[in-house]
Amino acid sequence: MRICVCVKRVPAPGARINVTDDGLAVDTAHLGFTTSPHEECAVESAVQLVEAHGGTATVLTLGPAEAEEQLRYAASVGMTDGVLLSIAETEWDPQRTARAIAAAIRAIEARDGAFDLVLFGNESADGCNYQVGVRVAHALGRPMVNGAKGLEVRDGVAHVQREVDGGRETYELPLPAAVGIREGINLPRYPTMKGRLASKKAAVQVVAAEGDEGAQRLTRLRRPEERSSTTVMLGQGPEAAPAVVDLLQELGVLR
Amino acid sequence: MSVLVLVEHDRGVLADATLEAMAAARAMASTLGAPVEALCISAQADGLGGVLAAHGAARVHHARHAILTDYGPEAWGEVRAQAVRARAPAAVVACGTGRGNEVLAQAAARLDLPMVAICGSVDPSRHGVTAVAVTRTRWGGSLLEDATASAPTMLLTVAHHAYDAAAPVAPGAGAAAELTVTLDASLARSVVRGRTERAAGVTLSTAPVVVGGGRGVGSADGFAPLQELAELLGGVVGCSRAVTNNGWRNHADQVGQTGTRIAPDVYFACGISGAIQHWVGAMASKNILAINTDKEANIVTKAGYAVIGDLHKVVPAISAEIRRRRGQ
Ligand SMILES: Cc1cc2nc3c(=O)[nH]c(=O)nc-3n(C[C@H](O)[C@H](O)[C@H](O)COP(=O)(O)OP(=O)(O)OC[C@H]3O[C@@H](n4cnc5c(N)ncnc54)[C@H](O)[C@@H]3O)c2cc1C
Ligand SMILES: Nc1ncnc2c1ncn2[C@@H]1O[C@H](COP(=O)(O)O)[C@@H](O)[C@H]1O
Repeated sequence: MRICVCVKRVPAPGARINVTDDGLAVDTAHLGFTTSPHEECAVESAVQLVEAHGGTATVLTLGPAEAEEQLRYAASVGMTDGVLLSIAETEWDPQRTARAIAAAIRAIEARDGAFDLVLFGNESADGCNYQVGVRVAHALGRPMVNGAKGLEVRDGVAHVQREVDGGRETYELPLPAAVGIREGINLPRYPTMKGRLASKKAAVQVVAAEGDEGAQRLTRLRRPEERSSTTVMLGQGPEAAPAVVDLLQELGVLR
Repeated sequence: MSVLVLVEHDRGVLADATLEAMAAARAMASTLGAPVEALCISAQADGLGGVLAAHGAARVHHARHAILTDYGPEAWGEVRAQAVRARAPAAVVACGTGRGNEVLAQAAARLDLPMVAICGSVDPSRHGVTAVAVTRTRWGGSLLEDATASAPTMLLTVAHHAYDAAAPVAPGAGAAAELTVTLDASLARSVVRGRTERAAGVTLSTAPVVVGGGRGVGSADGFAPLQELAELLGGVVGCSRAVTNNGWRNHADQVGQTGTRIAPDVYFACGISGAIQHWVGAMASKNILAINTDKEANIVTKAGYAVIGDLHKVVPAISAEIRRRRGQ
């Protein structure tokens, strides 16, 4: 089985997200970088499928040169190799991103053979555009279901489960197919020492990304207004319990 | 030229989110001087015309086809795309739910048009093409993005809960119309094949009280006192991602950007630091009580109430006090 997983490098902010003075980007001066938890789970799904069925799992990102860090991390938890579609900016608009990823996957498939599965996150952590995966799948002519909380492959069919109000829906997508993964589908493993060493040697192909610009333009990033609150201190340690229960009574939750 | 709403329904049961999309569409339509129209996909939605008229639809289009036996992202997206080609609306609006985003993305891919997702406000204008200035949410709501876009038909989803779902004073005529669609049989490949029902009960998103635990709880067993407090108050246990990542609790309990959004009367945040991705899932709680050893923790400064101390001592003491007052 051949699998491709698409991940996006994003900053890992702590208590709040700061914006640069020009308002056009997140201030990443003191931040580490990561990928969306949904994408970590997509990587874990791919690694588990390859463990069960054999084959290879390629991790692909469109981003700046530094995004190689996220590809190496994915390799350290079991991905076979990586592809970096490099851009000069930190991100492209979603239409352009999808065009470049679809073109790159077509080129890889023409050379090495088709991917049985292309996996995405349900949404990117920072952009939350809910569309890059769907656009890529459509360009490649593959069925796509987003929001997957279950994924098994049997007899050339991807069995996908998705949570809805009151239960789960099931889908049966004929391979080759594309699936958007949600956190909770599995518990991503941590890299082992052996994995970390292997990831340094994993093949990472760097290609300049190509795609026409889309029609959506960011003009300014800003933080939502924070609800300013003064914290009422109810006390220290277990001695605060009566004050807490008084509060619960006042709020009407102690029936 | 109209503003066309995607009617989200589950086998004929209208999703409340559709009424939020109707409200957003009415606001856009009044700026553009255009009527609001709605598109119902599948014969299962035949009964929805009345409520859509009450919410301002001048016309309700129905697309029926043999393969539309249930929800299917590709089939629904293709119907949407054909509706855009047939009707040339100024804009198409859906609510930014899992299905709403997915169907509109499918349509956008088929039409090669931009799709602006999760908008909190939309300000349209039209000069041959529709241009919008929007504020959309990034990072699950922790950051706002002002953006612009223009397209012959603007595809938009609006943030869930950003628009009031109440019916307007003036209903629409709700004239029923048939939208003829041609669907390739292959689109049935991604239609829902089956379902499993979950047992009904209090869920994290609807619980009146949530007792949340973070890394400070220290272990899976450490959640027992939190569970006990939750049960005493008719609530449920929640947790942070540090907890799910350690395998202490199931992801179904995770509160936050990639977990569940909660809105209880009281949220107890025990041993949770209050990272922005956690906060964004908890901030709709009516009252937040932080229990933390660190009085500088972000959650303590943001919460309405706090107890400084070891959660392993504070939480059992609260349960004991509740039982004492109940005479147990
Ligand atoms: C894209 C993205 C999405 C994310 N989505 C989510 C999400 O949905 N939900 C989520 O929760 N996180 C999410 N995260 C992770 C988030 O950034 C934090 O890492 C996580 O919330 C931290 O969990 P925590 O507060 O339990 O742990 P920590 O940050 O380690 O905090 C532990 C707290 O416990 C306190 N403490 C320790 N011992 C005790 C004790 N005995 N008694 C009382 N207090 C004690 C400490 O003072 C500290 O404040 C996401 C991250 C990213 C990058
Ligand atoms: N720059 C990128 N590089 C690789 N994959 C991406 C990129 N942007 C988005 N994706 C993929 O598309 C999914 C949806 O992204 P979005 O449409 O931005 O919400 C993400 O979870 C990723 O799997």
